[in-house]
Amino acid sequence: MPYSKKVIDAFKNPHNYGKLKDYSGLGKIGNPICGDVLYLYIKINKNEKGKEIIEDISFETFGCVAALASSSVITDLAKGKTISEALKLSREDVTQELGGLPEIKIHCSVLAIDALHKAVDDYRSKKDGE
Amino acid sequence: MKIYLDNAATTQIDPLVLKKMLRFFDKDYANASSPHAMGETAREVIEEARKIIAESINAKNDEIVFTSGGTESNNFAIKGIAFVNKDKGNHIITTKIEHKSVLNTCKWLESQGFEITYLDVDKKGFVNKEDLEKAITDKTILVSIIHGQNEIGVIQDLKVLGNICKQHNVYFHTDACQSYTKTEIDSKNADLISLNAHKIHGPKGVGALFIKKGTEIDIFMHGGGHERGMRSGTDNVPGIVGFGKAVEIASIGEMKELNSRLTEGLKKIDKVKINSHGLPHIVSAIFLGIEGEAIVSSLDLEDIYVATGSACASHNLEPNQTLLAIGLAHQEVNSTVRFSLSRFNTKDEVDDVLEILPKIVERLREISPFK
Repeated sequence: MPYSKKVIDAFKNPHNYGKLKDYSGLGKIGNPICGDVLYLYIKINKNEKGKEIIEDISFETFGCVAALASSSVITDLAKGKTISEALKLSREDVTQELGGLPEIKIHCSVLAIDALHKAVDDYRSKKDGE
Repeated sequence: MKIYLDNAATTQIDPLVLKKMLRFFDKDYANASSPHAMGETAREVIEEARKIIAESINAKNDEIVFTSGGTESNNFAIKGIAFVNKDKGNHIITTKIEHKSVLNTCKWLESQGFEITYLDVDKKGFVNKEDLEKAITDKTILVSIIHGQNEIGVIQDLKVLGNICKQHNVYFHTDACQSYTKTEIDSKNADLISLNAHKIHGPKGVGALFIKKGTEIDIFMHGGGHERGMRSGTDNVPGIVGFGKAVEIASIGEMKELNSRLTEGLKKIDKVKINSHGLPHIVSAIFLGIEGEAIVSSLDLEDIYVATGSACASHNLEPNQTLLAIGLAHQEVNSTVRFSLSRFNTKDEVDDVLEILPKIVERLREISPFK
């Protein structure tokens, strides 16, 4: 396999998968190039300073090893962060955490970042609607 | 213990083939074009191999030209016919389920002023003979249709398709690299047939093109005039000897039984659809809701080696064109895994795969949004 040990580990033992109960935002994203699909669930709560944080997060992914590993890593990276901190995460953060990805699989890490942004958008639009 | 079920990609060399080849590397290594005794030995063994291969498809010895493999044979056949018959017409007919070495040769010929028709196939992968007949025009010079298909196993009826070409006085080429020695091939039914060795437990880097006597074809490799002037390049003596031996001892072994065992076992897994039929070594299945590369990699971690048509696993991120051509949705293509057998596989290996696979499928479905 053309993957680093970290990618394979994340693929073999992914964290935070499955649908999240009582989620506050859902980012559904499909990759038009390869057909991968990622659902990212986030649960938002306020911390003691009154800032909105990602209290819980989970994913469901139809995709290759790189997509599944990127999904797992984005949940690890975003969990416990404030929304503004989480939105600063980049695809480089994801690939670095994975010990690199093959060039052709970089779009998988982009998918994870995009899904996180979509989930936050979903949360905010729901909040605005309240 | 590793379990290799990717025999449509390539096969292990048969120990008897390897044994027969070895002395042509370090003992009888002469150039078959040399007039001395050592050269004579090389010439003799090449002709022995040629005879075996010719007989296997009911052809004459001088209708077999050795090449470097299936890709060269397909290039040679298609370009060779195209350019020499240009004054008769510029139209070539092929299908949407060809090997890349046919499809991309045809695509390149489009840039050289040729017109190509890519025939559709039905849901099982069969070319419709009426479609072929309708596609032939007075400009058509060649029809190229794959015999046994490498992804789904469908076997085309060469007699029926070949007869249509004969009636319209159009050359008929078939890529038989995947079907060779696994189902009968009669050279009466085609003008050109591509064959190769490494799919049948022979060495890599050697193949053949059957060219029916009287066929007008351009030379593809120019040089010292080897292969009666048809294909220059120093003869690959060990390769050709190995190819001959591989054909001589070829058998489908228990492939049919193993194919049924695997297919029936896969059908018992929830939400699995079978794509394959025909060739005894090909089993293709869609695992709905999960992606093929993830399945292949999970099996890889268990030392089980298979293939997928998924876009994720291809170097250009394109889903498999054959699977699209039989009408599968993109997501189904991306969920397709191909298992391909050889005569060296065993019932125990198939049973091991069938034991491990459902656990992998269950795990990946848990992660997937599509249950």
